[in-house]
Amino acid sequence: MTHQTTQEIVARAQDLYEDLHFTAARKWKEAGEGRKVIGYMPVYIPRELIHAAGMLPLGIMGGGDNLEVIHGDAYYQSYICRIPRSTIELGISGRLDFVDGMIFPSICDVIRNLSGMWKMLFPDVYAKYFDVPQTYEDEVGGTFYEGEMKEFLHDLEQIGGRKVTDDDLRNSIEVYNENRRLVRELYALRAEVPWQAPASEAYLIIRAGLVLPVEEHSQMLRDYIAAARAEKRPIKDNAKVVVTGMFCEQPPLNLIKSLELSGCYVVDDDFMLVSRWLIGDVPLEGDPIHNLAQAFLHHSESTAAKYEPDLKEKGQFLVRSVRRTGAEGVIFAAPSFCDPALLDRPMLQNVLKQAGIPFIAFKYAENSGQMQPIREQAGTFVDSIKLWSAA
Amino acid sequence: MRPTAVKTPPKEVIKDASMLKQKEMMARHYDRLANAHENGEKVASTFVPGNLNELVMCFDLVNNLPEVNAIQSGLRRQSGAYIMEAERSGHSEDVCTYVKSDIGMMAKGNIGPNGKKLPNPDVLLLSYTGCFTFMKWFELLREQYKCPTIFLQTPYMADGKVTPNMIQYMVKQLKEDVIPKLEEVSGVKFDIDRLREYLRKSAKAEDDLVAVLQSAKNKPSPIDAYFGGIYYIGPIFGAFRGTDDAIDYYRFLREEVEERMRKGLGPVTPDGTMKEEKYRLVVEGPPNYTNFRQFWKMFYDEGATVVASSYTKVGGTYDFGFRHDPDRPLETLAEYCLGVYTNRSLPMRIDMLVNYINEYEADGLLINSIKSCNSFSAGQLLIMREVEKRTGKPAAFIESDLVDPRYFSAANIKNRLESYFQMVEQKRSGKGAAA
Ligand code: SF4
Ligand code: SF4
Repeated sequence: MTHQTTQEIVARAQDLYEDLHFTAARKWKEAGEGRKVIGYMPVYIPRELIHAAGMLPLGIMGGGDNLEVIHGDAYYQSYICRIPRSTIELGISGRLDFVDGMIFPSICDVIRNLSGMWKMLFPDVYAKYFDVPQTYEDEVGGTFYEGEMKEFLHDLEQIGGRKVTDDDLRNSIEVYNENRRLVRELYALRAEVPWQAPASEAYLIIRAGLVLPVEEHSQMLRDYIAAARAEKRPIKDNAKVVVTGMFCEQPPLNLIKSLELSGCYVVDDDFMLVSRWLIGDVPLEGDPIHNLAQAFLHHSESTAAKYEPDLKEKGQFLVRSVRRTGAEGVIFAAPSFCDPALLDRPMLQNVLKQAGIPFIAFKYAENSGQMQPIREQAGTFVDSIKLWSAA
Repeated sequence: MRPTAVKTPPKEVIKDASMLKQKEMMARHYDRLANAHENGEKVASTFVPGNLNELVMCFDLVNNLPEVNAIQSGLRRQSGAYIMEAERSGHSEDVCTYVKSDIGMMAKGNIGPNGKKLPNPDVLLLSYTGCFTFMKWFELLREQYKCPTIFLQTPYMADGKVTPNMIQYMVKQLKEDVIPKLEEVSGVKFDIDRLREYLRKSAKAEDDLVAVLQSAKNKPSPIDAYFGGIYYIGPIFGAFRGTDDAIDYYRFLREEVEERMRKGLGPVTPDGTMKEEKYRLVVEGPPNYTNFRQFWKMFYDEGATVVASSYTKVGGTYDFGFRHDPDRPLETLAEYCLGVYTNRSLPMRIDMLVNYINEYEADGLLINSIKSCNSFSAGQLLIMREVEKRTGKPAAFIESDLVDPRYFSAANIKNRLESYFQMVEQKRSGKGAAA
């Protein structure tokens, strides 16, 4: 048991967050002969496969507001979101030169096309578009997904020069089950006592999980949860809100802080879904690939990047999140030009209207500087929620 | 803002016989659609890429294409108001304007191009091919119409190849999900021989379409493969693939084009036959529909013919050999969906454009980047540089939107085109190598 304070743990997470050279991952790689690092983009990939191959999965969430984009803009028109250009910037500027592969999950056409661009720009690095099923019957989508995972695993075996056994996979599933349990514990803690574990801190702690080995990250989560429980922090008269739409391009950290400053306790969100995409433990007995596929099909989170086959279920995840956390409203925050988030938004808003849940909406970019308008909008929202609940 | 166009008395637009035939076919189709429910017919809405018209016909369903409706609204200059309507009701200014045009049209009574109300669909056939927006679009329509929605996922051809896993997945979806659900909605039993028959007819028309598209290799090209090409693909990308009508139309069109070729004539434009072919271009990206005629005129006035385009491959890439195959009915549908242009990886798209420039002996590449279409637009700047590098031919980039008139700036586009043509000239005379 360590005795770090939340401040110390958050400071370490913040260092990792700000380090656009990914020093921690570089060090991990250098620490052992033949170690490999595989980068991946939002929203979800089965990191267990990479871990089982003895490699480090490294989450790349764009460049944020600290990266100066010099080359990236030459690849994208002004009406395309920021994350692909800052990711290209990371690549071209050599910040990802230690990465042995890049995975582009099936989230939208921008990331999809980026997978092809990556192949052209970095022909010597393994680049894969990772397709996932949008149909959820075992025999159809499930079989397809198992096939895709096996193909990916085969590629990893080639890169790593060794076979991955079922036991390797089971071990990795167990390690990630543990990590997901801790992430959920942190979410539950934040929903229960948001003043003890503010969203901006939780964000950094979860984000650290994208660059650290999972075992180390689980320890960080344990330490943070213990420290956050133990400390006494002042309770504010904030309103509890759920934030949605931030599943891909990340908001600047300042945006999350601004929401807090304007009187919000963010009690649930869709940041870095990869860290809790699979709900509940993936079973260890039986075929591990099959188990991962089953978890994906039947026990995974909802997001705009996913097709919802059941009209009645559309948007209910948001209502459930509000009920579970005791939130009083929802903030739709989407990256500018983000098709999935912005096309989904009217449908989700209709569901909230029917459920009588208030909401506001705004857009951001990963490099947004001006927080004043957002702060004002969120502040007004909080005031109206309070008036409404007092009435 | 008011459009800047000065009002002049409408000039007679020159149409060739194939265009008139197509016009008659389309009018007939829209009438059938408008009267479908009165006539006891059911309607399936679906998309152009991954359009399973042969399968839809097996269930006696009438094919309704919201994308084509949006194009029609664009051409009729109604899309602007529809888009505003959708934005007023909460849709973002950032997203695909086809969707907003469709949703706005729905809000304003769903009046089709023939002035009659379009029927509510009885089923949404969500063929998810080559564009993420499709998925959200039909979720939005499902919310309105509350009708059964059938989903067919086409995996993305990211590595430039079709794997057995992809085909098996699609065939399974067709067998276990799409076909049973279509049977249920329509009350018609699936008959695979009927499907085969339609596929046979498709292949026939596809042969003639390819001959038409490839006639542009001739100098001068008897067709414009972008502005004119959009008319040529109409029937086969829409509700006619697999019908006798399509066979007749494409045979007729082919004869017409071959006749022009024999006579050494250039393409037919709205102002008559193009005089001199000065520039041969390959175009990537969809056109603008709100100012379609004006846009086209900027090309033919300068003697520029488009000899090949990627947009005319969104509903199927037939010129690289694919034909619907009646002997492998379900697999062929899968391969068709997999192969549409926007479902091809970026490197494949680049290969295709390079190939066009070489095969059609074009002067260069022009990209029309569409503001609201990520499927096409994300990556086009790299496409441009790569094609330039590999062909040594100049490329140019212009920006507009499909059906949102706010993003069509005639002056900007005209300027760009003029300097592009100058660049081509310089290149030809060997001066502007670094241009
Ligand atoms: S921010 Fe949205 S549009 Fe951009 S890459 Fe991510 S999901 Fe796609
Ligand atoms: S391909 Fe482009 S224009 Fe067509 S629906 Fe998709 S985003 Fe819209």
